[in-house]
Amino acid sequence: MKILVPVKRVVDYNVKVRVKADGTGVDIANVKMSMNPFDEIAIEEAVRLKEKGVATEVIAVSCGVAQCQETLRTAMAIGADRAILVQTEAELQPLAVAKLLAALVAKEQPGLVILGKQAIDDDANQTGQMLAALAKLPQATFASKVEVIEGRVRVTREVDGGLETLSLSLPALVSTDLRLNEPRYVTLPNIMKAKKKPLDTVTPADLGVDIAPRLKTLKVAEPAARKAGIRVGSVAELVDKLRNEAKVI
Amino acid sequence: MTALLIAEHDHATLKGATRNALTATLACAPEVHVLVAGHQAAPAAAAAAQLAGVSKVLHADGPALAHGLAENLAAQVLALAAGYSHIVFAATASGKNVAPRVAALLDVAQVSEITKVLAPDTFERPIYAGNAVATVQSLDTVKVLTVRGTGFDPAPASGGNATIESVPAVADSGLSAFVGSELAKNDRPELSAAKVIVSGGRALGSAEQFNALLTPLADKLGAAIGASRAAVDAGYAANDLQVGQTGKIVAPQLYIAVGISGAIQHLAGMKDSKVIVAINKDPESPIFAVADYALEADLFQALPELVKAI
Repeated sequence: MKILVPVKRVVDYNVKVRVKADGTGVDIANVKMSMNPFDEIAIEEAVRLKEKGVATEVIAVSCGVAQCQETLRTAMAIGADRAILVQTEAELQPLAVAKLLAALVAKEQPGLVILGKQAIDDDANQTGQMLAALAKLPQATFASKVEVIEGRVRVTREVDGGLETLSLSLPALVSTDLRLNEPRYVTLPNIMKAKKKPLDTVTPADLGVDIAPRLKTLKVAEPAARKAGIRVGSVAELVDKLRNEAKVI
Repeated sequence: MTALLIAEHDHATLKGATRNALTATLACAPEVHVLVAGHQAAPAAAAAAQLAGVSKVLHADGPALAHGLAENLAAQVLALAAGYSHIVFAATASGKNVAPRVAALLDVAQVSEITKVLAPDTFERPIYAGNAVATVQSLDTVKVLTVRGTGFDPAPASGGNATIESVPAVADSGLSAFVGSELAKNDRPELSAAKVIVSGGRALGSAEQFNALLTPLADKLGAAIGASRAAVDAGYAANDLQVGQTGKIVAPQLYIAVGISGAIQHLAGMKDSKVIVAINKDPESPIFAVADYALEADLFQALPELVKAI
């Protein structure tokens, strides 16, 4: 069984982004970029399924600019066997990405697609579900446990109020939550090995997909700042402030 | 223009998030229909008909809708979608699971986690863990939205008198099956609807201390209990208690952060709270930058003292 793992290149999670002065977006020039943390968990899960003998091949895919190759090399250093870059300089929105990935699913016929539940830049939480719908796959989002048993995949999901378990027929799509696994550290030998693994590049036109944006960003602004608070010296002072100043207890 | 709001419910009662989403939906379109898709969900449909501002409730009832499976629920929404200008979900685990399937099959974009409606096609939504707010305009004829509850007041639960129309329920897709669930049972208020939240971090040190120290305070304040990602990862608290960018987004009247340093991902989930209290022994904790009242203290002494003083 092949596993397809879409990965996104995003601003590193430790970076506090700044809004551009002209309000057109956030400043990502000279900012550290990394693999979306949820996608790293997805790659790790796919590689573990291969190590268990459940999967035979792990294919990493990324859609975007040429530098996404770095993200794909990281995926291959974790253990993906090969990678595909759908290269474009154009803005890509979740629906367009889902269509590009659906075209690759049709071509590669994976038994499982595993990807992050959400990218930490646009916080959309859409691509997996959209891909599942377009590729006519059952989905299990927000996964904290994945087991392939007798031709089906059993997934424990993090939902409001607790956990839920679903059983999906294969092929299927799984989106990862934080507790699914802890991705391994990539080692230097594996980084060197990853440089030799195959990385194919295609374009949206090659896949016959229209990627025109459907949402127009009119403005990006700083969120309203909270006014500075005060330090209290004791529990008694805190209780007094909450009772008599904030009037919340 | 008529909008369709997908109710969030447990078949017997409506979830609070539906009412916040209704306020957003009414800002988009003058007429609002609510879909209650479930199994033996007549009580939830009756509750939806009472919501102020709803003109019609569509009630789809069948076994395929018993567990909110994304494939079936999306198919149910699509079967009814024709003619609606907006299709709106609460940004809950269920809404986020289903809405993008509906959008993709309608071949339209989705606008996730809106916090403000500026025009029927223009919305505000936070990006980058709330470090920026984007104003986006949808160019599609149908708008598929998820609504962040903290951005909108809940619509009144009564005062409405909508008609309830039974609609045919979809058949099971056969692709996915519900196996079981483990849902926490307690008498505390729901995290996303609580007026007061007491939230603990890794500094609590263990699951036992997390419970022993936070529970008395939460009991006294009638509060929900939350946790930082570090506390959840360390096993001190259940997954669904995580407050943050990718966990629960909350905005209570009072948020008490205990032993939480305040990573940006955590702040993203609670910085819209009305009053924030932070108790931490590290004076450099980033949480102090957003706190209205910052108490630099050892939580193991301060918390029992606080419980006594309230």
